[in-house]
This record gives sequence, C-alpha cells and structure tokens, in this order.
Amino acid sequence: MNSPVPPSSEQGTFVTDAALKRLKKRHAAESRFKLYGQLAIGIAIVALVTLLASIFMQASSAFTRHVLTFDTTLEASYVTPEGERDPEKIARNVSGFNLLLQDELSDQFLPEDPGLSLQRELYGLFTRLAVLPLARKTADTPSNIGTQQSFSVALADDIDLYLKGGITRRKAVNLGQAGAVSGSMDDGFNITLGKAEPLQSALDKFREDEATPTALIQIGSTWFRMTGLDGNTASLEYIAGTPQAPVSGADVSGLALEQAQDNRTVTDRQIAWTMLLEDEGRVKSVPNTTLFTNSDSTYPELAGTAAAIVGSLLTMLVCAMLAIPVGIFAAVYLEEFAVKNRVTDLIEVNINNLAAVPSIVFGLLGAAVFINFMGLPRSVPLVGGLVLGLLVLPTVIIASRAALKSVPPSIRTAALGVGASKTQAVFHHVLPLAAPGILTGSIIGMARALGETAPLLLIGMVAFVAEVPDSPTDESTVLPVLIYKWSTGAERAWEPQTAAAIIVLLVFLVLMNLIAIILRRRFERRW
Amino acid sequence: MDGNVEDFTETDKSERAANMAEMIKVDCRNIDVFYDDKQAIFDISLAIQDRAVTSFIGPSGCGKSTFLRCMNRMNDTIESAKVTGKIFMDGADINDHSIDPVLLRSRVGMVFQKPNPFPKSIYDNIAYGPRIHGLAGSKSELDEIVESSLRKAGLWDEVKDRLPAPGTGLSGGQQQRLCIARAIAVSPEVILMDEPCSALDPIATARIEELIDELRERYCIVIVTHSMQQAARVSQRTAFFHLGKLVEYGDTERIFTNPEDTRTQDYITGRFG
Ligand SMILES: Nc1ncnc2c1ncn2[C@@H]1O[C@H](COP(=O)(O)OP(=O)(O)OP(=O)(O)O)[C@@H](O)[C@H]1O
Ligand SMILES: [Mg+2]
Repeated sequence: MNSPVPPSSEQGTFVTDAALKRLKKRHAAESRFKLYGQLAIGIAIVALVTLLASIFMQASSAFTRHVLTFDTTLEASYVTPEGERDPEKIARNVSGFNLLLQDELSDQFLPEDPGLSLQRELYGLFTRLAVLPLARKTADTPSNIGTQQSFSVALADDIDLYLKGGITRRKAVNLGQAGAVSGSMDDGFNITLGKAEPLQSALDKFREDEATPTALIQIGSTWFRMTGLDGNTASLEYIAGTPQAPVSGADVSGLALEQAQDNRTVTDRQIAWTMLLEDEGRVKSVPNTTLFTNSDSTYPELAGTAAAIVGSLLTMLVCAMLAIPVGIFAAVYLEEFAVKNRVTDLIEVNINNLAAVPSIVFGLLGAAVFINFMGLPRSVPLVGGLVLGLLVLPTVIIASRAALKSVPPSIRTAALGVGASKTQAVFHHVLPLAAPGILTGSIIGMARALGETAPLLLIGMVAFVAEVPDSPTDESTVLPVLIYKWSTGAERAWEPQTAAAIIVLLVFLVLMNLIAIILRRRFERRW
Repeated sequence: MDGNVEDFTETDKSERAANMAEMIKVDCRNIDVFYDDKQAIFDISLAIQDRAVTSFIGPSGCGKSTFLRCMNRMNDTIESAKVTGKIFMDGADINDHSIDPVLLRSRVGMVFQKPNPFPKSIYDNIAYGPRIHGLAGSKSELDEIVESSLRKAGLWDEVKDRLPAPGTGLSGGQQQRLCIARAIAVSPEVILMDEPCSALDPIATARIEELIDELRERYCIVIVTHSMQQAARVSQRTAFFHLGKLVEYGDTERIFTNPEDTRTQDYITGRFG
C-alpha cells in the first residue's frame, strides 16, 4: 500500500488546481461517453422506426381491398352447365361464374353490340379466378341455385390499387355548370364550362412534372374524356355510363389524371366504370381477410399467406423438436459432464464455428443429405425443419451453455454435498435454474430459423403451393420464402402484398419473443 | 445408525468421556493432494474423534478446505484434484471402489463457507436430501424429518410459518442454519463445516456456535475456522495446518495454552494480537 505521496500543495485538500483539472477531464470523458451511448441508441431507434414505418406504409393498402357487391340469380345454365349438381364440379366451374358476373356487368355498361375489345376492357376489372369464392360458396349450398343471391368479388389488383390512390396521381375538380353544348354522340361535344380554371391549373401542374396528363369529365352518370380545352370550351368524347348528351345547366365535375391511359395499367373507361359503381355504393373497401385465409395465387388480390403460415409453423415444429432437445442435451453434456480435454476443446471450437457458417451452406447440406441421400421428398416442412434445426443447433447449444455456466457453482456443490449424484444435481437444480436462459436462447434460435430463406430455397420450398399443408410431409412453403417470391412479382400490387406478408412474419417474431419473455418471467419468479 | 445415536444420547456422560480416546470416527493416513502438478497437502495423517468437534485452523491457503473435502470425496468433483492416501471411516476405506461417493456424502454432510440454500422453498431445501435417498416413506414422515432437522438446527420457530417461502429469502444467518439443517436431514454421521460463520454477524455466529455445541452430542463435527476464539470456544480438538502440512494436532485447550510448535504459537498469538 504505498500510494504516491501527493505533492505538499495538494495535501489535505481536494481543491487544488491540478485536482480540479483532473476532475474536469474525468467529467468530460464521462459525459462524452454517455453521449456516444445515447447517439448509438438514437441511431438504432431511428433505423428501426424508419424500417417499421416504411413497411407499414407500404403494407397499409394491402390490409383492405375493394370488392364489388352484386345481386344475381344463380342461373342453373351458367352454374351447372352439364345439369349435374356435383359440388366438386360447381366449385371448379370458374368460367360459368365468370359469365354470370360478365353478363351482369355488360347489362349495365355495354351497348348492344360492344365488340371484343370493349368487353375485354370491362371484364378486365376482375381476374378470372375472382369468382372462385362464389363457386365454392355455391358448391357448399347447391340449394341456392336458381335463387337470387348477393355476392361480392374482389376487383383486379390494378384498379384496386387505383382506388387506393396508386397507379396515377389525380385531382378531382368542380367545373361549375355546363353552358352552351354543341355536337353529337358520335362526333363528340363542345361545351362551355362554368369554370375551367381549376382543371387547367391541375393539368398544368402535372405537365410541369413532364407528364402527359389527361382529364375525365363526369356529367350526371355519363363520363367523357376531354380531348381539348380552349379557354372555357372543352371538347368531350363519350366513354362510359348512360349514353346521354350533356345538357346545359348540368353540374360538371372533372378528374385530372397525371398520366394518359397509354401510360398506365388501367384505362379511362375502367376508371369511369369503377367510379360509376362506386357512386352506386357497390364498390366498397373491406378488410382484406384473403391475406390470412387464402393460399398463394398468381393474382395478387387473391393471394394469401395461409399456406405459408401453416408451412412455417410445421417447419418450426420440426426444427424445435430437433434443435431444442439435442441442443440442450449437448450443452448439458459439454458443460456438466464432459472432461475438459483436446477432444472436447475441438468440439467446442467447431460448435462455435458452426454457428457462424452461412445459412445457405446448411441448405446445400440438406439437399445433399436429406433429399439426395436419404430420399426424403423435396419442398416439405420435414426437410425444411431438419435443415433449420441443424442451422440453429449451435446457437441453442451456445446459449444453453452460457445459461448453465451462469448457474452459481455453489448450487452444484450444495446438491452434491447432500449426496445427490451428478445427474441429480444437474437435473434437479442446475437445469431449472438455467431454464430461463436456455428457453430464451432456444426461442431466439427459433426466431432466426423462422426468418431464414436461403437454405429453404435450396431444398425446394420455393414451389408454388396453393393448398394449406396438413402434415410435415406435404408440399409447402414458408413465410420468408413467400415474401421473397412475392417481392419478385411483376405487378405493382405485389408490393403492398409483400409488405403485408412481412408484417405477418414480424408479428410472428414478436409473438415468439413475447413468449420468451413470459416464460423467462414465469421461471424466474418461481425461485 | 439412528439407533446408535439414540443409544448414545442415553448413555452416561462420564462413561462417554472415558471412551473418547478410542472413538475414532475418521482416520486419515498419509494424505497427499495435488492440484494438477501442484501439491496442496503433504502427507497428513490425522484421526478424528466421534461425538466431538475438531477444528482446523491455519493461515489462508494452507489446505484446510482441501483436506476437509477429502473426507467426503468432494475433491472428486474438482477435475484437477488428485488425492492419494487412505481414509477410513468406521474402519472402511472411503476411497474404495465399492464405496459410492454419493452414498458417502449422505453419511458425511457438508456445510459451506457461503450459505448456499437451493433456490427452492425452505421445506424443499430440507426435504431434498431425504427424498433422493428415500429416507421417508410418506409425506408425513418427510414432514417429520423436515421439522426435526429444523428444530435441531434451531430454525424451526423462525420458519415454521413460512415453510413454502423461498430459502433464499432468509437472512444470512438463517440461511446458514438452513444449510446445517439440510445437512442434518439425511442423518449423516459426520458433518464437515468449512468456515460456516465467516459470512455472519456476531449474533448469528453465536447462534451457530451454540448449535454446533448441541450437535456435538450426536455427530462427529469438523469445522474449519479463521477465528481462534471460535476454535477455542466450540472445539475439543484442534489441528493446526501450515503450508499443506499438519503442524500440530491435539486437545484444543493444550494447543491454545501450551502449543509445542513455534509456528502454532506465532499463529495463535499473532491472531490474538
Ligand atoms: N480447485 C483448485 N484448483 C487448483 N488449486 C487449488 C484449488 N483449490 C485450492 N487450490 C490450492 O490449494 C491450496 C490450498 O487451498 P485451500 O482452499 O485448501 O486453502 P484453505 O486453507 O482452505 O484457505 P482459506 O483459509 O483461505 O480457505 C492453495 O494453494 C490453493 O491455491
Ligand atoms: Mg478454505
């Protein structure tokens, strides 16, 4: 204990200049360090919030979707073309139900002899498979055939996106009352607008952004496309709705669109028809339950995560059944029983290295061993779970060993001291104490497995799966692979759909972490 | 062995004193202990009397704990430790292959320096040993063992109303008495105590010392202590260790009043100041 004797000036007091200076330096260093810490946490929080916000914003449109409700008589001639009321055939009779829907639409919107392209444009508001739920519903209750029924069908992804504000920017404007009207249905009309200024400025604003804007004009239940605007006089061309010439004094409203129809995936007519249906209250926004009840589909508006959720759960089950018991026993053996020598050192080093092996390597291993060598089927949760189990095994072992290590040795000696065998000491005292840590580690490992994509691609879990799997040996896919697949989809509507699937995955991860926290609390409270 | 205890407590005290010399419970012969290549105990031979308290004293690091651990083979659990020599308990070699260390440890209880109750209820702390050794046939028998052990450890009145409460929630002194009760619960013949009072305040220490004095009637007790007063107060025999060697061993009174070895004298007087 020979601390240096302080210089006489400092003896007996702290308030010397040198001491103050040192103190100041120390405080500065401390607050600097605090600042670094807060900065680091700040960066992490900002990154997290940005990530979540962007995902939620993208996904928000996928949580609702637009449906058309319509009443129709289930004509037997459409629904059961061969006269049989076989539920299976009815459920698969997509074209019959499409005809039903298409007749309904043409009756309302198309002239006598519309021509193929006009028909195609109208029918394009829905995808072919949109009527599938109708067919299934009818198949369930064949007694409804021939009666009047009310249905709702999902609008096609593009028009749905348009209604949610996507596809093109737009501005609705009030154009006052129609003045003088001249012209005919066939050659188009010239009408004087009550006020053209708002429309003109909206179009000019779009032009500034190098777009080729266009405008649609609604007068009553008739829609026109504006072909020119000269001062207050607009040239109009009939596109949809009641074929009726404008009358002076009628209210005119306009819809300025940033892009002309050649530059977008929905046409002017489709917009007009949809607006008409919306005015009637028949196009509505409803919660998108399809996202959870449907399986994968080639049409985004019909695609859901049900099969992938079940696939993920089955895969996790297999993974947990492999990784958790094996991991815990390996950890217990290595930590409590194994003699420390070269071999166990080697094993330890290898386990640590294994935890750092890129996950795709495990995919290769899985493909080679489980599929090629052992002959297990491809694309099934069993193989996926085994591969992921191997992948997280090192993580579980390392976490479990850390948890076992943190149990005070005095507990072990206490148990041995009263005559417990080593196994008894471990299983009666050490393991229960390490359980919270082991559980946390295992669940974090599981969470990692839940988010893994790469190894599963290699064992073929990327296959298109339209059926919810009901056993670990059924073809299936998992959430992260589904997300990967959806994100590569060409249609714009896949974007929100992908974000929505990401949210589903995140919810699962949060749930798992929640379980980890709850279990840890439960176990800790017991002592 | 329970029968023996009963028999004995009933025998006359003077007769007991007369028998003292012959009643050797643990006989250690030529013990060497190595940690890897480092020798911690050098050829120690020492016989411990039954129904008496033997204290081990000596400077820190001289091998008291190591030697104590030989007697219930706790050194087996330390990987680097190697013990040679023979230890006989009631004439049987405890290092013999036929002796299971687990069974040995149920006959030779141990109390550690730091109270180390299981993080379980007070009841389970005591009941654990009897349970794994199958000492109780029924719940009521187990209850009895728990109660009598706690009574013997002088803890019953303090905890009888909160047996399901966690043992770790007790005070340090109570925890140590709980550990003693836990050791007693498996009806051992020998109780080894490694500095049982070093973490306790004087009042708790006094309580434990009292307890040790009571327990002496039934058990063979070995206690390691750094407190000369404690050794003088509770023990009948004292062994002084120095640098892994046994320097002096004899009646406590004689060791403290008339030590033969100068090292013993230095140590004792140094402590007393
Ligand atoms: N587990 C171990 N591994 C290696 N060396 C050890 C181990 N335990 C004790 N030793 C060494 O053996 C010698 C004796 O230690 P021991 O613990 O028996 O001393 P002690 O007399 O109990 O000391 P104290 O009074 O401080 O408890 C010491 O030199 C110590 O460093
Ligand atoms: Mg010691």
